[in-house]
Formats: sequence, structure tokens, C-alpha cells
Amino acid sequence: MTVQTAQDTGATGVASKDEAIRIDKLHKSFGQLEVLKGVSLVAHKGDVVAIIGGSGSGKSTLLRCVNFLETPSSGRIVLGGEEIAMRPDGTPVSRKQIEKARTRLGMVFQSFNLWTHRTLMENVIEVPVHVLGLPRAEAVARAEKLLARVGLSAKTDTYPAFLSGGQQQRAAIARALAIEPSVMLFDEPTSALDPELVGEVLSVIRDLAAEGRTMLLVTHEMKFAREVATHVIYLHNGVVEEQGPPEQVFGNPQSDRLKQFLKSVA
Amino acid sequence: MEGLVEALGLTSTFELLSLSPPGWGGNLLRGLMNSLQIAFGAFGFGLVIGLFGAYGKLYGGPVIRDLLAVYTTVVRAVPELVLILILYYVGTDLINKLVMGFGGERVEINGVVAGIWVLGIVQGAYATEILRGAILAVPPGQIEAARAFGMPPVMLMRRVTIPAMMSFAIPGLANLWLIATKDTALLAIVGFNELTLETKQAASSTRAYFTFFLAAGGLYLIVTLLSGRVFKRLETWARKGQPSMRQAKT
Repeated sequence: MTVQTAQDTGATGVASKDEAIRIDKLHKSFGQLEVLKGVSLVAHKGDVVAIIGGSGSGKSTLLRCVNFLETPSSGRIVLGGEEIAMRPDGTPVSRKQIEKARTRLGMVFQSFNLWTHRTLMENVIEVPVHVLGLPRAEAVARAEKLLARVGLSAKTDTYPAFLSGGQQQRAAIARALAIEPSVMLFDEPTSALDPELVGEVLSVIRDLAAEGRTMLLVTHEMKFAREVATHVIYLHNGVVEEQGPPEQVFGNPQSDRLKQFLKSVA
Repeated sequence: MEGLVEALGLTSTFELLSLSPPGWGGNLLRGLMNSLQIAFGAFGFGLVIGLFGAYGKLYGGPVIRDLLAVYTTVVRAVPELVLILILYYVGTDLINKLVMGFGGERVEINGVVAGIWVLGIVQGAYATEILRGAILAVPPGQIEAARAFGMPPVMLMRRVTIPAMMSFAIPGLANLWLIATKDTALLAIVGFNELTLETKQAASSTRAYFTFFLAAGGLYLIVTLLSGRVFKRLETWARKGQPSMRQAKT
């Protein structure tokens, strides 16, 4: 097992070399509502960590805390061995540090969030050119490769509004890959898609998993999670209720809640 | 052509409107240029105020938000004519007090600069609200995506928020520009030689009121028509990437 909770290992400080993400006792409250109640996880390079759970379990919030789209209330986040400095209330100390960390995290959203005033090509080169300072020609060459890879070579000059949801999501994946991220973050990437379009997006993600990319994947696609994940985390009410390799979590669930959950989504 | 003009008894009219003296056409055009200069400056100044105002209202702290609320409320509540009188006289007075306080001599405030500053403050209040609404209409996911990829705030505003809000802002801004061109007429009251004052002077010198005010009306109309074309192109550009509404009709 490559992924363990911090409690399991008793580790708090020492990070092993190939550790991509370490989350330590993360808490997050929205006002009175505590959404995450001390979640810990470690993902090593090449891990595909699937995060599953019912609606309101906190799985999306957990993912969004990793790149500080949500500010954690407390806890520790270590990305590639570098701890994000937080004040006691969880707000990041340095905006610069967050921005730098974010350029190593390729986020894919449930509702794609492509920039609608830019073509697919412009969407994909935007961050490499303007944030990372890559020469334009190089960024374009990279984008062409990535768009071809997700099957959108013919659509490079099309605006997102003229594409199907599946095409937009594939373009969004290309945009995330264009920053050459060390970790990909998927926030329910197929939940906003028509059923017949889910397959094309999953197959792109499957390829990424096969080439050994590190990924955190929040998903409702249980069959898919079982197939691609190296580790599965079941969140319930803001705590890790159960976790382990997919065969174990899906094939031999221990807790009643997980059993019930798996039955309800089957 | 000349025969027709003569037959209709318009010879004197054309002489009056001739560009060179004794015709007054040149004065009218000079007035128009002054008006456009002020409208342009005031609109631009108003946009800058509006952009800061909108961001301040949306993201500023409580003090900034309150100050901006007072600004937009007061400026939009008081009639523009009154505001122009207040700002013009108070403004020039303050500057003179300052200058004389430092031992300088009383200065004559340049009419164009005064006009731009006075109308710009008025325009800024409306622009604040137009741009605030437009920013709110940008899908939050697009801003969030930019943040998620590490875009710093100013770049985010320049590369994502402003281009994305343009299509929502342009109809309102087009209105504001037309109001700016016409509000320049109010500056006649502080003796600034814009189109309306020039027209009035020409009319009262020659007693040809109808001719001159009709001519001025025609000039304002031409400005409006040309502006309409410019804004239409701007809107087409700003809406790139959005399916047309005609296709969306049921």
C-alpha cells in the first residue's frame, strides 16, 4: 500500500522523497458547518487516489483545499515536500507561494470552466505563456500535441461554447496538462456530462493513469475508480471512513456505511 | 444644386452656415470638437474611476465600500447641472486657494480640463455600477479556473475578468458615452465654448435660431449615429466566442 494516513505511519514531519501530496489533519468549516473533520492522506508519485463519498461528504472541498481554492480552517498541506505556510486560522501566509504551488497542480473542474472568450488553443496556451513565461511558439507546439492527444486537433480555433460537454472537458484536461503539473486534480470531471459523453472523458483520464501520472480523482464513477485507482478513500461526513486498495474497498467493504453507499450507487 | 438652393430660398441659410466668416459653420465645428474632446476625456476618466470603483465595491474592505456607496449615491442623486456647478466652482476655487496658499497667482482653469474632470466624476459613478454588474455576470468558474492555475490578481483581471465582462458592459457603456456627448452641453452654463454655447452665440448674433439649433441637432445626431456603428463593432468583438442570440430564439 502506497498511501497511508498520517495516523497510520505516525509521520508528521519527515517526507519521503517521492511524496507528491501530504494532507495532515485537515479541517474546514463553512461558518458553523464543519465539512472536513481532520482528514489526512498521502499520495506518492504515480498514485491515483480516488476519493468517493456521498454528496456533502466533503470530497470536493478536500480537493479544493489542496490548491487553496478553499482556505482550510486548520491542518497541514505539503506539496512535493514543500509545506504551504498557513496562519493559525488556515489562511496562507504567502500568496506567491500558493500561486507557485498552483502552477504544479492541474485542476479539472466539474463544469469545465474554460475561458469562453478564448479558442481552445488560446485556452491551452494561456497559462504556459502568461503565468509560466514559456515562449509562445513552444506553448503552441505543446498545445497542439495535447489537443491532438485528447482528440481535438480539428477544433483548435473553435470557441468552447460551440463544443459538446465532452469536448470541452477534454480541452480542459489538455489545458491542465499544458502546465506539466506534478499532480492532476479532478473534481467530478464527468458529473456534468450527458451519459453518452462520459466514456470519451474517462478514456482520456484512463490513459493518464496508465502513463503513471499522479492524480487525485473525486468521482461518482465507481467502476472507473475501481479500474484506475491505486488507492481509494471513502469520505463520510468529513472523515475518512474507510480506505485501501480498490479491490479491498469495493470488493470487501468493512463499514456498514460504505456497504450501504456502494449499494446505493451501484 | 445651386438652382434648387435658390428656389427654396435657402441661400442665406447656406451663407450663415458657411465654414469661413461671415458664416458661423466654423464656430459650430470648433464647438463640436471641444464637445467631443471633453466627452472623450470624461468617458475615459469615468471608465478608470468605474473600474476601480467596481473592484472596490466588490472586493474592497468596509471603509472603501462605504465611501464608494456614498460617491455613487450622491453623484447619481444630484442633478448633473447642479453637480457641474458645484464641482466646477468648488474645484476651481480649491485649486486657486491651493495655488495662492503656496504664494502663486490666481490661475485660469483650462475649460477642457475642468470639463473632463467634472463630467468624468459624474460618468465614473455610473460606470462603477455598469462595470460592477458586468463583473458579477462573469461565470465565477472562469475566474476560479484562472486562480487555480496560479494567475496573480492583476493578470487575472487583465486576462480573464475584463475580457469576459466586456460583452456585458458594452451596451451600458454605449449609453454612457452618448450621455457624455450630450452632457457636454451642460458645460455651456460655466461658459465653456462647446457646441451648444457656440450655437447659441451664432443664433443670437444672427437671429437665425431655427437654422443654427437645427444644425447643432444634426451634428449631435451624426455623432450618435457614428458612435452606434463603433459600438456595434466593439460589441461583435467582445461577444466573440458566444453563440448569437438569434440562433437561440425558440
